[in-house]
Amino acid sequence: MPTVGLFIPCYVEQFYPQVGVATLEVLERHGVRAEYPEDQTCCGQPMANSGCASDAQPLAEHFLRLFRGYDYVVAPSGSCVSMIRHHYDQFLGRQPGFEHLRRSTYELCEFLTDVQGVSSLKGRFPHKVGLHQSCHGLRELRLGSGSERRVPPFSKVRSLLEGLEGIRLVDLARPDECCGFGGTFAVNEEAVSCMMGHDRLADHERAGAEIVTAVDMSCLMHLEGLIRREKRPLRVMHVAEVLAESGA
Amino acid sequence: MDSREAILGALRRNAPAPADLPDLSGLGAKHADPVRQFEESLAGVGGACLRVPDIAAADAALRKIPFYAGARKVISLVPGLGRADLDFESIPHPHALQDLDVAVLPGDFAVAENGAVWLEGRRLHHRAIFVITDHLVLVVGVGEIVADMHEAYARLEGREPAYGLFISGPSKTADIEQALVIGAQGARSCTVFLVG
Amino acid sequence: MGHPEAAARFVADDAKAHWHDQAVWWIRQKRDQAASAVPDWEALRTAAAAIKAHTLSRLAPYLEEFEAKAVALGARVHWARDAVEHNALVHGILAERGITRLVKSKSMLTEECHLNPYLEARGIEVVDTDLGERIVQLAREPPSHIVMPAIHKKKEEIGELFHEHLHTERGASDPKYLTEAARQHLRHKFLEAGAGLSGVNFAVAETGAIVVCTNEGNADMGTSLPPVHIACMGVEKLVPRQRDLGVFLRLLARSATGQPLTAYTTHFHGPRRGGELHIVIVDNGRTALLGDPLFRRSLSCIRCGACMNTCPVYRRSGGYSYAYTVPGPIGSILAPMRDPARFATLPFASSLCGSCSDVCPVRIDLHHELLSLRQEIARRRLLPWTKRLGIKVAARMLAAPSLYRLSGFLARRILSALPRALVYADWNIWGRQRELPPLPRESFRTLYRRRRGQS
Repeated sequence: MPTVGLFIPCYVEQFYPQVGVATLEVLERHGVRAEYPEDQTCCGQPMANSGCASDAQPLAEHFLRLFRGYDYVVAPSGSCVSMIRHHYDQFLGRQPGFEHLRRSTYELCEFLTDVQGVSSLKGRFPHKVGLHQSCHGLRELRLGSGSERRVPPFSKVRSLLEGLEGIRLVDLARPDECCGFGGTFAVNEEAVSCMMGHDRLADHERAGAEIVTAVDMSCLMHLEGLIRREKRPLRVMHVAEVLAESGA
Repeated sequence: MDSREAILGALRRNAPAPADLPDLSGLGAKHADPVRQFEESLAGVGGACLRVPDIAAADAALRKIPFYAGARKVISLVPGLGRADLDFESIPHPHALQDLDVAVLPGDFAVAENGAVWLEGRRLHHRAIFVITDHLVLVVGVGEIVADMHEAYARLEGREPAYGLFISGPSKTADIEQALVIGAQGARSCTVFLVG
Repeated sequence: MGHPEAAARFVADDAKAHWHDQAVWWIRQKRDQAASAVPDWEALRTAAAAIKAHTLSRLAPYLEEFEAKAVALGARVHWARDAVEHNALVHGILAERGITRLVKSKSMLTEECHLNPYLEARGIEVVDTDLGERIVQLAREPPSHIVMPAIHKKKEEIGELFHEHLHTERGASDPKYLTEAARQHLRHKFLEAGAGLSGVNFAVAETGAIVVCTNEGNADMGTSLPPVHIACMGVEKLVPRQRDLGVFLRLLARSATGQPLTAYTTHFHGPRRGGELHIVIVDNGRTALLGDPLFRRSLSCIRCGACMNTCPVYRRSGGYSYAYTVPGPIGSILAPMRDPARFATLPFASSLCGSCSDVCPVRIDLHHELLSLRQEIARRRLLPWTKRLGIKVAARMLAAPSLYRLSGFLARRILSALPRALVYADWNIWGRQRELPPLPRESFRTLYRRRRGQS
């Protein structure tokens, strides 16, 4: 039985712990009993994104120490996994265990489709859902084909959701435009960030969504902040929460 | 050290590791019906395509087009098609073309994927003729249609380097609020006769 | 003013910002449609990237080959180390011939070198003949987009401008009417000009050709009426062989405006009979960029503008927020490479969504270069000290698991207990338009332990 380490983004740990619980539940239902190394903190992305690479170095090393022993590492986040897969080599280079870590760290949906071989899910989620295609998951992890590239269309996340009984995935005017979170961008460029978020929400509302879902709670944290301030008739749920609630 | 040496020296010093040129042979568009594709592409860029069996038919069709019927000054470099109100070769200065209504020019070949026609510059005594004219008429043999730009450059391969251009439809701009306006600085219309 | 402040001002005019965003998004959509009609689109991008990578590794020999061929065809080739030399060279060519009226077609290089004011100060009338450029020239503004210079202007504004300068009817704003007025006005300028200056989209080493692409035909008009043609190019505009043009031309117009080809794609081989062709080859920081392994791929740029059309930040902040000749994602690399201190905010004017990299016809890894550039900015100590301090404190806290757990616990408890007015005070930038995330009593670790039956 392969061992699976559960990697929980820092903002999920602190603000959205139920997403972590939902992730555990979904994995268990698919035969995976993930283990959560308790000393994990943060992958270091906020530091690296600010240009302060040296400040991210110790966090990367800490991450490697904690997770190197697992066959797989799974996280409910495209953004954090992208950090490990594409930006950690600057910090961990040839360190023993890194190459394995890089290749075995997965976002939750791609773990289900690519490693567990799940092609469709049996569950029930009778709601109108807007799928927000978090950028790092989409364009860094290639969880989907994206609207820019001329490749055969696919979406790992969509493939897991669309089979749920009763679900209606709405048609957005801009299917994969960025929500405007962007890490420190959300504060550094607050005006543009919020305009981007408002525009995403307006798109989801016009398309008739009740719930906005995504693989990254960071996007949803930003969108939910806007929703609650303006009292928009929308709510956010992480894909893990949707899958957990649907019983899939 | 002069600028040339400074620049070339810096480029040599800073050159990255060698990288091979790619193989371009797999690239290209395939069209089931290149003639139809050319017609559609040309229409898509605001041009008009007329198929005719021969030059005489082209001439008859041309005389019926309103911009031609009302034209006072026409220059044609295609024998048998349209009239030549001015002797092109004896015009001393291109400024004399500023009130040219119609120019009829021979195209070398056409490109299906984008509605373009290759115009050889050698015959153009004054280059400005194709852009200063109000209306442009190009003539291409229907058998001279290539699929795409790769085939176009294959055709141009080995020719003696000379002035020439691809013309794809009439002059246009969308610089004012994205509104497409045909006839910016150059020809207000582009009509291509496919002959044969 | 850095990008954030300029962008905030742009965003504050909500209607205009949304209008600009939608106008530019529409061009992204046209690009998508055009690309879908090309089954080998991704293969083309790969080929283009490879041709550029090869060319950049042999730029000096290719430039020498290009020069020899161009000269053999009768062109004069000049070399300029920087903007100052470039401007002096161009002026010299005009002054030697007593030319006082110049018409120009689009050249971002000459914008970069600030050629227009240089020539005007020396008594040369310079008329930008691309319609968008003429509009901003009359308005005394810089272009806000490299392909559509006046994209930020509404037709009513252009109507007023033309009423003042071209004597069109007051209040007239129909694009057809205004374009016709510009046609007549510019026709005079073309006829009066002593020389025409163009940019160079591609220079071909194999044949000594320069290729110029326009939709209006203004480069053709401007270089075929006056007897002198001056063509300005950056060193990176070279392609090795004529057949390589096939790859780039299939990508360029589709990426830029969604057309399969520009209306005019003109190949110049030496001057015309009785005329002169001067080619000015310019460095101005390009050789330095070539030497930087992290950012040299930016030299592959063919100036299509697709990156700015897709950029959600450019669309909502406008070209002027970047305060540089070339805005958007590519500009956010080129500008700080030229002047890191002045343009330190640009690499951060991005959510790193990656859309730009996926539309770039030559596969420049734009968003990864922006991330690398942030590190360069930090290394040069150009980050505000407040940010550096904040990151250091956070990093220290995150490196110590028990400290992290304690901080998280305290933050959640304290913030929940504070009155709203304190939490959402001015210092809380996040809180200006957004609620803070929920502050649960228990962290995931606590829930995990309970679930797995641990104490």
